[in-house]
Amino acid sequence: MSLMSLTAVELGKKIKAKEVTVVQAVQESLDAIAQKEEKVHSFVTVDREGALKKAEEVQKKIDAGELTGPLAGVPVAIKDNMCTEGLLTTCSSKILGNFIPTFTAEAVKKLEQAGAVIIGKTNMDEFAMGSTTETSAFGVTKNPWNTEHVPGGSSGGSCAAVAAEECSYALGSDTGGSIRQPSSFCGVTGIKPTYGTVSRYGLIAYGSSLDQIGPVAKDVTDCATILETISAHDPKDSTSVERQDTDFTSALVDDVKGMKIGIPKDYFGAGLDPEVKEAVLQAAKELEKKGAIVEEFDLSLVEYAIPAYYVIACAEASSNLARFDGVKYGYRTSEYDGLHQMYKKSRSEGFGAEVKRRIMLGSFVLSSGYYDAYYLKALRTKALIKKAFDEAFAKYDLILGPAAPTTAPALGESLSDPLKMYLGDIYTISVNLAGLPGISVPCGKDSKGLPIGLQLIGDCFQEKKLIRAAYAYEQTREYEHCQNL
Amino acid sequence: MKQFETVIGLEVHVELATKTKIFCSCSTAFGGAPNSHTCPVCTGMPGSLPVLNKKVVEYAVAVGLATNCTITQNCKFDRKNYFYPDNPQNYQISQLYLPICRNGAVEIETPDGGKKTVGIHEIHMEEDAGKLVHDDWGENSLVDFNRSGVPLIEIVSEPDMRSADEVIAYLEKLRMTIQYLGASDCKLQEGSMRADVNISVREVGAKEFGTRTEMKNLNSFKAIARAIEAETERQIDLIEAGKEVVQETRRWDDAKEYSYAMRSKEDAQDYRYFPEPDLVPIVISDEWMEEIRSKQPELRDEKKARYIEEYQLPEYDANILTGNKHLADLFEQTTEICHAPKKVSNWLMGETMRLMKEADMEAEQLHFSPENLAKLIGLTEQKAINNSVAKEVFQHIFAEDIDPEAYVEEHGLKTVADDGQLRGTIEKIVADNPQSVEDYRAGKKKAIGFLVGQTMKATQGKADPGMVNRILTELLEQ
Repeated sequence: MSLMSLTAVELGKKIKAKEVTVVQAVQESLDAIAQKEEKVHSFVTVDREGALKKAEEVQKKIDAGELTGPLAGVPVAIKDNMCTEGLLTTCSSKILGNFIPTFTAEAVKKLEQAGAVIIGKTNMDEFAMGSTTETSAFGVTKNPWNTEHVPGGSSGGSCAAVAAEECSYALGSDTGGSIRQPSSFCGVTGIKPTYGTVSRYGLIAYGSSLDQIGPVAKDVTDCATILETISAHDPKDSTSVERQDTDFTSALVDDVKGMKIGIPKDYFGAGLDPEVKEAVLQAAKELEKKGAIVEEFDLSLVEYAIPAYYVIACAEASSNLARFDGVKYGYRTSEYDGLHQMYKKSRSEGFGAEVKRRIMLGSFVLSSGYYDAYYLKALRTKALIKKAFDEAFAKYDLILGPAAPTTAPALGESLSDPLKMYLGDIYTISVNLAGLPGISVPCGKDSKGLPIGLQLIGDCFQEKKLIRAAYAYEQTREYEHCQNL
Repeated sequence: MKQFETVIGLEVHVELATKTKIFCSCSTAFGGAPNSHTCPVCTGMPGSLPVLNKKVVEYAVAVGLATNCTITQNCKFDRKNYFYPDNPQNYQISQLYLPICRNGAVEIETPDGGKKTVGIHEIHMEEDAGKLVHDDWGENSLVDFNRSGVPLIEIVSEPDMRSADEVIAYLEKLRMTIQYLGASDCKLQEGSMRADVNISVREVGAKEFGTRTEMKNLNSFKAIARAIEAETERQIDLIEAGKEVVQETRRWDDAKEYSYAMRSKEDAQDYRYFPEPDLVPIVISDEWMEEIRSKQPELRDEKKARYIEEYQLPEYDANILTGNKHLADLFEQTTEICHAPKKVSNWLMGETMRLMKEADMEAEQLHFSPENLAKLIGLTEQKAINNSVAKEVFQHIFAEDIDPEAYVEEHGLKTVADDGQLRGTIEKIVADNPQSVEDYRAGKKKAIGFLVGQTMKATQGKADPGMVNRILTELLEQ
C-alpha cells in the first residue's frame, strides 16, 4: 500500500514515529506522480529535485526536534496561482508561462514553516477562471474516477492530485466554488474559509474581494489540521482578519446533537440531478439521526447570485489582470511596432479565450455609463445576499445543500456552453459573495461511479460548526479510495 | 470691444514627506540607483498586496484641516485603470468616490491688497508612478520604479481664480501651509509640487463657464503665469475669430512660451474607476482627528501675529521671516539663545538674504546653526567686534558654520577699545597727515573720514569706530 493512500495526519504520525522517513514519503509521492500523471495530468510543475532536497532538510529538523507538528514531512501540492519563490508559478496561463516569483505566498510559507514538502504546482483553469480545469494553457486535467470526465475547477489539479493519491494533500483557492466544486467532483474534502482567514499575500488575484485559499484533503481531520496551520492574521494583507479561534482541530468531535441545520428549498429545484439530490438528502438524514435538527427553509435571492458574482469577479479581474502586459515579466509577443501594439499582441496571444471573455465583461461593467447599472447594482445585490444569509443564520447553525447540481461533466461538454458552465456554480457562489465558510465532503457516487459532494455552509467565522458537522457525517461512511488508475 | 475674464481652477499634486511609500515600506528618498527603492508591492508583482501607510492619512487630514475642509471620516480608495509602463499594475490606487477631504477654502491676498476666498473642491490621496528613461541611442525605454508608490495628495480647487496673480497667491498660500505642516517640501522644480491649470474664458458678466482646457508641464510659478496669459490670449483669439475652444489637455513649452494639444476630450480615457478591493475602508475616528488637530503646528498667520506681539518685530520683518518655514525656525531658535529678536531679524533679513541671493540659494539650503549666529550677535552686543568684522565673520558662519568666538580669538579680530593704545596710533596718523588735519581745521569736516579710514587700516579694522571718532575729534579740535 502506498503511503499516499494515508491521510496527511496519518502519514505525519508515521514520520514522527520514525516508521517512515520524509524522503520515503516524498519518493512515494514522486513515484505516484510518475505513474499516474500521464492519465490525470494534475500538475503543471513537479519539483522533483527541490522536493527531495527539502525532504532531507525537513527530516533533519524532525530528528533535531525542531519540527513537531502534524504536517512535518508530509508532501503537499500547491495550486499554481500561489507564488513559490524560485519555482515556476503560471496560473496555467501562457502569459505567466516563464514566471518565477521572488517570494512565497504567506499561506504556503505557513506550511513550509510546519515542515511541509512541496511536491509541485497543480493545474487549474487559467487564472482560476473556469469550472473544469479545461481552460488551462498547459493541458486538461482528468477526473481520476473517470478520465473521460473533468475534475471540476478551478482547483481541479489540486483535487485530482489528492483523489489520485499523487500527494497527501493540497492547497486550492476558491473565488466562486473553486475548492468545493472540484472536491465534490473528485470525491475529496475541501474547505473555503471565511474571507480574511487565510492571507491572500502571494495568491495571484482573480476576484480580490472573493478569493480565499483553503485546504483539499482526504478527510475533515486533514482539512481542519491544514486550515489551522495556514490561518493567521497577516499584516501584509489588509483584508486579513485577526482571529483567536483558529484551533479548528478542537472541533473534530462526533456530536451534532441539537445542531440546527437549514436546507434551502431553492437549492433543490430545477436543474439539480436527481441522484445528487438523493445523496445529499440522505446525508441530511444521517445528521438528523445523530441528533441534528434539520428543516427546510426559503433562502431568497439564489437566482441573483450568479449574475452578481460574474459582474463583481470579472470587474475585479479586468483590473487585477491588467498588470500582465509583457513589460516586466511573463510573455511578450515576438514582433511588435510600438508600445500599444506590444500590449495588444502580448495580451491577445498570452491570454486564453475564457480569460479574455471575463476581462472584456469586467471592463464593460466598469465603463463610464455602465458602472451604476451593472457594477453598483451587483454590489447592492451582494449586500442583499449577505442579508439573506444573516437572516438564515439567525435560525440555523448551518446550511446544507449540494456542492454542485451535477456530478462531473464529460470532457469538452462545458466549454461549448459557457453560460451553462456558469450556472453550475449556483450553490457555491453566494458563499463567496457573503464571505462565508463552506465545506464539501463526499456523500456518495452516482450510477456512473462519479463522486457527489455534500456542501455545508456556516456563518462568518463559524468554521468550527462546519468542521464538527462534517466530521460527524464523515464517521457514518468509509473513505473511498480511487482505484481507477 | 468685448471684455473677457479668465476663469481658472487648479489641480495641485503634492508629494508627501513620509519616510516610506504609501503602500509598502520602501524608502521615498530622492535619487538612489534606478529601482533600488523597490519591492514586489511597488513594482506590481503578481500576488503582492498594498498596505496603507497611516502617516499618509495623517498628513492628508492635516492639510485638509489647515485648508478648512470637511474630513471624510469613512473614506476609501479606488482603482484608476490605465495602461502605461511607468504604472506597474496598470492601475493607480487613488480616490474618486470618497476623497478624504472636501469643501475647503483658503484666503488669498489679491494684487490690490484685498482678500479673496478660493474654494477647495476636494483633496484625495494617491500613489505616484515610476519614471520612464528613454535610451537616447537605442530604441529602448527603461523604467525606474523608485518613485512608484510615493504618496501624493491632489488638491483640486474650485474655478475661483481670475488671474495669474491670484493663481500664484493661491499656490504660495498652499505651499506655505503645507510646508508649515511639514507635510511636504513643495519644491516645484523637483516635482514635489506640481500644478495642472484648468483655464476657460468668458465674457464679463456671463453666468456660464466657457469650455476649459487643462495645461500641464508647468514647472515654476513663472511658467504658470506665462502659460495662463498665453492660454487666455489663445482662447480669446479663437472666440473673437468665431471659432470654438476645444476641451483638451495641452502641454506647455516654457522655452517656446507656447502650448500644444496633447489629447482632446474625445480621446479621453475611461479610467473604469471602482473601489480598491485590496484595501479596507479608512475610518478616521473623532479621537484620531482630534489627535491630528492637536498636533497641528502654528501656521503662518498665527506666527506672524505672534512675532509682532511677542518679539515686537515690525510687520515688515514678521512678514518676511514667516514667509519661509525654515527661516522662521532659524529665527526662533536663534532668538531663543540670544534674546535679541530684532538683531536676529536684521541678520537674517540683511546679510543672510544677501548671501543667499549671491549664491542663488533657497532658505532650505541654509546650514549654519542658530548657536553660532547667536554667538556672533553676542560678540557685537558686547562690542567685542565691530560691524565690519562681524560681517566678515558671518560670511564664514554662512559658508562653514564656524564658531565665531573661536574664530575671532584665533584671528585676533577683537575690537581695539583700549584708549591708550588707540590714542597712540591716532596721534601718529594725525602727525603723518598734516594736509587732512589742515583741511579739517579749515572747515572741511569730511576730511575726518580719511583719517578714520587710516586708523582702521592701521588696526586691521579692529578698532571700535565710536572710540576712533571720539579720540580723533578730540585731537583735531585741540
